[in-house]
Amino acid sequence: MANAPPFNLLDESLGDTASGGDGGRMILVEDCVETSGAFVVHHLLKRALHSHSSDVVVFLSFAHPFSHYDRVLRKMGCNLSVQRDNKRLLFFDMLTLDRLDKNRGKTGEDILIALYGEVQKAVEVFRSHEGRQHVTVVIDDVSLMEVDAKGSSNLVLDFLRYCYSLTAQFGCSLIALNHEDVYSTADQPNLLLQLEYLADLVIKVEPLATGLATDVHGQLTVSNKNIQVGSGKSRNRIHNFQFRIKDSSVEYFYPGSKT
Amino acid sequence: MVMAANKPRTASFSRNFTAASSSVPSIPGLKHGPNGTMLLSSGIPDLDKILGGGFALGSLVMVMEDPEAPHHMLLLRNFMSQGLVHHQPLIYASPAKDPRGFLGTLPNPMVSKDVKSRVHETEQEKGLRIAWQYKKYFGEHSSESQRDGKSEYCNDFDLRKPLERHYFSGHQIECVSLKESADLGAFHERYSNFLSEANRNIGNMTGGRIAIQSLCSPQCEYSNREWERLSFIRTLKSVVRSSNEVAVVTFPPSLISTTFSIRLQHLADTLVSVRAIPDEDNELAKLLTGYQDMVGLLSMHKVARINTQVPSILEATTFSLKLQKRRSLTLECLNQAPVDGSSGSSYAFSGSCSKTAPLEF
Repeated sequence: MANAPPFNLLDESLGDTASGGDGGRMILVEDCVETSGAFVVHHLLKRALHSHSSDVVVFLSFAHPFSHYDRVLRKMGCNLSVQRDNKRLLFFDMLTLDRLDKNRGKTGEDILIALYGEVQKAVEVFRSHEGRQHVTVVIDDVSLMEVDAKGSSNLVLDFLRYCYSLTAQFGCSLIALNHEDVYSTADQPNLLLQLEYLADLVIKVEPLATGLATDVHGQLTVSNKNIQVGSGKSRNRIHNFQFRIKDSSVEYFYPGSKT
Repeated sequence: MVMAANKPRTASFSRNFTAASSSVPSIPGLKHGPNGTMLLSSGIPDLDKILGGGFALGSLVMVMEDPEAPHHMLLLRNFMSQGLVHHQPLIYASPAKDPRGFLGTLPNPMVSKDVKSRVHETEQEKGLRIAWQYKKYFGEHSSESQRDGKSEYCNDFDLRKPLERHYFSGHQIECVSLKESADLGAFHERYSNFLSEANRNIGNMTGGRIAIQSLCSPQCEYSNREWERLSFIRTLKSVVRSSNEVAVVTFPPSLISTTFSIRLQHLADTLVSVRAIPDEDNELAKLLTGYQDMVGLLSMHKVARINTQVPSILEATTFSLKLQKRRSLTLECLNQAPVDGSSGSSYAFSGSCSKTAPLEF
C-alpha cells in the first residue's frame, strides 16, 4: 500500500506533507447543495488512514451508513472494512436502528454527552497504546448532528468545542463537514461563524460562478490560518483552485490549466 | 444474465458488485443501473431518460412544490401508477383525511394504438419544424424499442383514463393520512408493517415505492415541529437505503423557512423542483418555443449518486412540462427561440421557489 499519496494541490494547500501527523488541527469543510463536499472528506479520510500505520481514525457518521463509505473508498484504493477490523478505524454509525432506539427517549443533551464520552474514551484508549498514535476525529456532518441534538445548536457547538479540546490535549486532528448554505440563510449563523473561528483550516467547496460543467465540477478555497514560516512550504494564506471528481481520485488544477 | 450494462473495470474491488447483481434474476420493473445499483421507473419516460434510467433503489427523491400549481401531483401520480402496474408494493401518505381517494386519480397505461398515433403525429410535425430545433430529431424514437406489450420498464400513462381496477387488487397498497398524527408516529408504524410485509412477500429486491405528498403542509398537526420532520426524513432516508426502496417526498419550500428547506435539499439524493408557468406572459412566449403547450417547468437540481462520489452533470437542468393531447406527460428541453438582437438569453424567472435561478438551457 502506498505510504505517501501523490502530491496534489489540495495536499499542498493543507500545508504539510503526506503525514497528517503534526497533530492538533481542526479542518472545517464547507459545502452547499449545488456542490457536495463529501469528496474532500473521503480524501482526508484516505489520507489519515494511509499515513503512519499507527494512526487511527474515529468516524462519526450522521449522514450515511458504513457501506456507503466502504464502497466509495474502495474505488479510491482504500479498504475500510480491513481498516476497521485492524482497529485503525472506529466507525460510529448514528443511523443504525439500535442506536436510534437507544436515543429515543433521551434529550439532545444526553445523547451528545454520551456520544462525546464514547469518543473521548476511544481516543484515550488509542493514545495509551505504545508508540505515538495520531488520532483523527471525522464528523459527517455537523448539520445532521443538530437533528440528534433536537435543534439545539448550542449543544452541537459545545460538543465540537469539547472535541476541539481533544486536539489540544491529545494532539488529535478534527475534521468536520458542514453545510454552509444551511447556516448562511439562517437568522443567526452562529454555528457557522463559531466553527469558522475554531478551525485552523477552512476548505470551502463551491460551484463555479458560471454554473455546472462536465469537466470542472467546482472550485475549492482553502484558508489556512497557521502558516509555518521558513520551512520552505507555501506561504499563501488562501488557495483557490478547481476540481474534477472521478471515482478513483480527484483532479485539482488552477483555472485554465487542466491537463 | 444481462451484464452488458456493466463494463469490465480494472480495479479488482469493483468486481464484487457485478457478481452480486448478476445473481438477481431480471425482475420486470427493475433494471440495472451504474455502480451496481438497480433502477425503477418514475412513470414518465422523459424523466427516466433525464435521470439516466430511472430512480435508483435506495434513493430518496424530493420534489419542491410550487404552491401556485399542482404539478408535483403529476409526478406522484405517474410514480404511483407505474408501481402498481409493476406490482411493486406502495405506501402513500398525504395530509388529506382520506388519502385512498387519491388512488382514483391515478392514470392508466396508454393503450398501444394511442401511443402509435402519438409517434405518427410527431413525425408529421417534424416536417414543419425549422432547423434550429435539431435536438428534437435525435432520440425521439427510442420509445419504439419499449413498445412491446405488458413488460415494459416504463409505461406511457394516459392522464385522462383512471387506472383500471385490476391493478389494485391483490397488491400491497397502504394509504396513511398525515393530518392527525402529531409526530408522524402513525406513519412510522404503518411503514414498518409495510416493510415487513413487503420483505416477507417478495424478498429483498422488491422495488417498493413510498410516496409522501406535501410533507410540510400547514394542515398537519406536526407542521410546527420542523426538527421532528427533519429527523423523520433522515430516518426515512436510511431505511429506504437499507431496504432498497424508492421514496418520493414532495414539500412546499415557500411554506417553510429557508434554512429548513436547504436542510431537506441536502438530505435528498435526487432533487427536483416544479414551477408554474405564468399564463399570458409575453416575454416568455417570445423567448421559448411551444410556450402555449407548456403547463410548467421542471428543474433537476441533483441526481442520486449511490456508491460513488462522482456528481452527475446533466446537459440541461430545466425542462418544460407539456401535456401531449391533454393526456400524456412529456418533458422537453427548453428550446430558445431565435432572439433578434440584444434582449438577453437568461431571463430572471421570478418563480416562488426559494432559489430563483435564470432559466438554464
